[in-house]
Amino acid sequence: MSKRKLVVFIPLLVFLLLVGFFGVGLYLDPRELPSELAKHQRPVPDFTLPSVTDPSRIVTQDDLKGEVSLLNVWATWCPTCKEEHDFLNILALEQGVRIFGINYKDDPVKAREWLRRYKDPYQLVILDESGKLGLDMGVYGAPETYVLDAEGRIRYRHVGAVDANVWHKLQQVMASVEQEQQSGEGL
Amino acid sequence: MILPELGTYSLILALCLSILLAVVPLAGASRGNTLWMGFGRPLSKGMFLFTLVSFICLCWAFLDNDFSVVYVASNSNSALPWYYRLSAVWGGHEGSLLLWVLIMSGWTLAVAVKSRNLPTDIVARVLGVMGLVSIGFYLFILLTSSPFERYLPGYPVEGADLNPLLQDFGLIVHPPMLYMGYVGFAVSFAFAIAALLSGRLDAAWARWSRPWTSVAWAFLTLGIALGSWWAYYELGWGGWWFWDPVENASLLPWLAGTALMHSLAVTEKRGVFKSWTVLLAIFAFSLSLLGAFLVRSGVLTSVHAFAADPDRGLFILVMLVVVIGGSLLLYALRAGQMKSESSFSLLSRESMLLVNNVILVVACAMVLLGTIYPLIVDALGLGKLSVGPPYFNALFNPMALLLMLALGVGTVTRWRQTGFRHLLQRLWLPALLSLPLGVGSAWLYSGEFEPWVVLSLCLSWWVVLTGLGELYNRVRHRSEKLRGLLSQSRSYYGMQLAHLGVAVAVVGVAFVSYYTEQRDLRMLPGDTLTFRDYTFVFEGSRHVEGPNFTADQGRIQVLYKGQPYAQMSPEKRLYTARGMVMTEAAINPGFTRDLYVALGEPLENGAWAVRMQYKPYVRWIWLGALLMTAGGLLAASDPRYRKRRRTETATA
Amino acid sequence: MKRLILSLLFLLPLSAQATIDAFEFSDPEYETRFHQLNHVLRCPKCQNQNISDSDAPLAADLRHEVYRMLEEGRSDDQVVDFMVTRYGDFVLYRPRVNSMTWVLWYGPYVLLGIGIFVIVLISHKRRKSASETHQSKSKPDPVTTTGTLDAGLSPEEAARLKKLLQQDSDT
Repeated sequence: MSKRKLVVFIPLLVFLLLVGFFGVGLYLDPRELPSELAKHQRPVPDFTLPSVTDPSRIVTQDDLKGEVSLLNVWATWCPTCKEEHDFLNILALEQGVRIFGINYKDDPVKAREWLRRYKDPYQLVILDESGKLGLDMGVYGAPETYVLDAEGRIRYRHVGAVDANVWHKLQQVMASVEQEQQSGEGL
Repeated sequence: MILPELGTYSLILALCLSILLAVVPLAGASRGNTLWMGFGRPLSKGMFLFTLVSFICLCWAFLDNDFSVVYVASNSNSALPWYYRLSAVWGGHEGSLLLWVLIMSGWTLAVAVKSRNLPTDIVARVLGVMGLVSIGFYLFILLTSSPFERYLPGYPVEGADLNPLLQDFGLIVHPPMLYMGYVGFAVSFAFAIAALLSGRLDAAWARWSRPWTSVAWAFLTLGIALGSWWAYYELGWGGWWFWDPVENASLLPWLAGTALMHSLAVTEKRGVFKSWTVLLAIFAFSLSLLGAFLVRSGVLTSVHAFAADPDRGLFILVMLVVVIGGSLLLYALRAGQMKSESSFSLLSRESMLLVNNVILVVACAMVLLGTIYPLIVDALGLGKLSVGPPYFNALFNPMALLLMLALGVGTVTRWRQTGFRHLLQRLWLPALLSLPLGVGSAWLYSGEFEPWVVLSLCLSWWVVLTGLGELYNRVRHRSEKLRGLLSQSRSYYGMQLAHLGVAVAVVGVAFVSYYTEQRDLRMLPGDTLTFRDYTFVFEGSRHVEGPNFTADQGRIQVLYKGQPYAQMSPEKRLYTARGMVMTEAAINPGFTRDLYVALGEPLENGAWAVRMQYKPYVRWIWLGALLMTAGGLLAASDPRYRKRRRTETATA
Repeated sequence: MKRLILSLLFLLPLSAQATIDAFEFSDPEYETRFHQLNHVLRCPKCQNQNISDSDAPLAADLRHEVYRMLEEGRSDDQVVDFMVTRYGDFVLYRPRVNSMTWVLWYGPYVLLGIGIFVIVLISHKRRKSASETHQSKSKPDPVTTTGTLDAGLSPEEAARLKKLLQQDSDT
């Protein structure tokens, strides 16, 4: 008899468990995808592509190594990229943050004109006209900003425009990556 | 124009009445106060009336192109044809909620009016519970999702137009039918809660509940079928079900509701499974509410979802906790009082219907699990994963086939106890015939042996043959066979019809899933393609103008065995107001096959990328659903539900 | 932030219409596998669509990759791995069977088994208790179920009751 008494509470308990999940779920974004490459700390995929600003120059993944930096995926057809561009300018030109760019599925002529008009915060801008590099990195929606470590491994990705809040988070990631590297070197 | 404000005011009045409806009759029922209990009916009428006024105000705002109302401006346009302007009322979140409460108050009114033969305290409790649930929805609309918000002082001159995907007959019929079903389960829910509250948990409750449940179920079946049909011809790829979270949200109450209908049959006839049936009634409506939450809160991604808003989601979640949590708590506390003493053996109709229930409830749990699994995994911080059609099909299809097997057996099983020999005697012939008929029909069509298709066809034949066999068995001892046939109850024929519908739908699903032929190709004017006996000749494209769109229309001449057969005109439309491009597929419908042509992108030299499909028996899917709907309505119309039994049998 | 992402995505054409690729396949089997794979792979940026049904440029790129890999002679598993390496398990509509999805794949069958077991248990228990009460009764109890009849009724009443019960055993 008492077993039955407990069994009848099961639906209620299962329901409350579900409510717990739903409550948490309300504040999650089901469409946000963390970077698979970042999850496994994979290096930037090998590539050989020209630079946007200097078409005779060929860029490879090795050019991105050396220190902790940002890699920003953008395009002239992407309005949000325009929104974040001013902030990137501040970061790069005033604060000296090392930012690389990937011009994703875009027209290099338009891209050059854009950078000329709105300033160029990038150390290098990689011309990924076909989108193949983006695909190999798991890009799904411009703008995206990646944190790279000194060995050119992807450590974190943010999808969407970079603003002060996002920069704060990126800074934290970059700092912890730096620290890890230094303690590794000290060993 | 103050109509939108009148709409809000009227809704507030309806809310007040719903509060009274929730309090007074329930209090009256627990105190035995007949006067208070009697307030249930007039309060229900009032609540419906004011909700209707509010709804009409919104309709008027749409018809009148009142773009000062935010909701109208976001969902309408003066170039929109009037019938779409009217159905745009439920094209967005706020308006669809208003439709929901209108239907809810409508059902409440129906119960109030059609319950003359029920005891007063039961009617009072049922209406009270419906009022209680309604309060939540009125508050939700008034506090978070009012369709009557205004853009003052400056408002747009023109509206943003209804999403072109929604500018279709499907919008006119699908949501209303669907909501009739969702909300209809509130009636069974209310009956169940009334039974728990009153402590009157005898089988009579099941008899009162049954016709309401059947009607709600019939509408939900129709609503889901309409949605499937609409997606098929509208969304450009010829699919009819995608296991999308919003679709699953409608399937969940349907599965629970089907289990409920069958369980009610047992409870009514045999007085057993009372507490289980009550629980199912709670589940069915809870799943309707859960569906509303999933679709409107942004918790899951879907092409069909309304715009996401976590605050609204939180409100619905609280409502869920109150309504579902409250009812499950009440159930847990009161369920112990229900005792069934009838016994039955393993081979009995009771057992078979229990098997039906187990399969349906497990299928329901499976669909729910698959739908929210990504959410659970994400909430636990374990990453992102997706659960889609491969999963659902892999698990649902075997269960459906198992259910069909049980269906056949259950039809010939007697109540309480059936001898194994008796079963064998009734079943050997259908079993023997189903195999060759199933294999034969599959072979006839395709000339090959596809296991799932053969299995599905055999089981469909099985369902049909066992049904026919059972009918034959009922009338064979009668001297006048026709009289025997006519004397069977509507409830019985409803069952037969619905089961036939299941078989028909499964045949459609099997053929379309395995034997659809598709070609994507580049076609220049003059190119041809042949499928079976049909030849498609691409004649090129031309420009056409619609009321609120411009389009490129492809022209395809179809020849059947060389003779001119049909003209098909797929379009690529540009809806000017929103700048959206849409593909309107051309479909040549038929009883045994659909021909399906859609345009892709224009290529050079007047060529087009074209998709052509040959879809066998796809209409059978919806035909089966229509049969099920008809069966449910037929069963509900059985006059025995309206007779007040003169001698109450003492079924404990 | 959510709003920004949402607004960005809304600016791209989001009608749920298929883009039809006119690929030429060197082997008809490739075409079949192409369509099958496209239905299993999820478009990473869309609102729950596979790459076959989606209009998005990214989906078109992914379909092109699938086509390319099939023409190169890769297996279905290799194509899937390619996608998962870049986009994670999210891009698979058929969740992999591992410790995280064990409940998902096997749970329903476990439930089904439990359900059948319960049915057997209940019918067995009911039969047992009914026959026990029947044996232990000395006086006929008219208030029990329709199942247990006894000599409390006269022969005509018993016959009439039996006839009524047979009628009742229809739906």
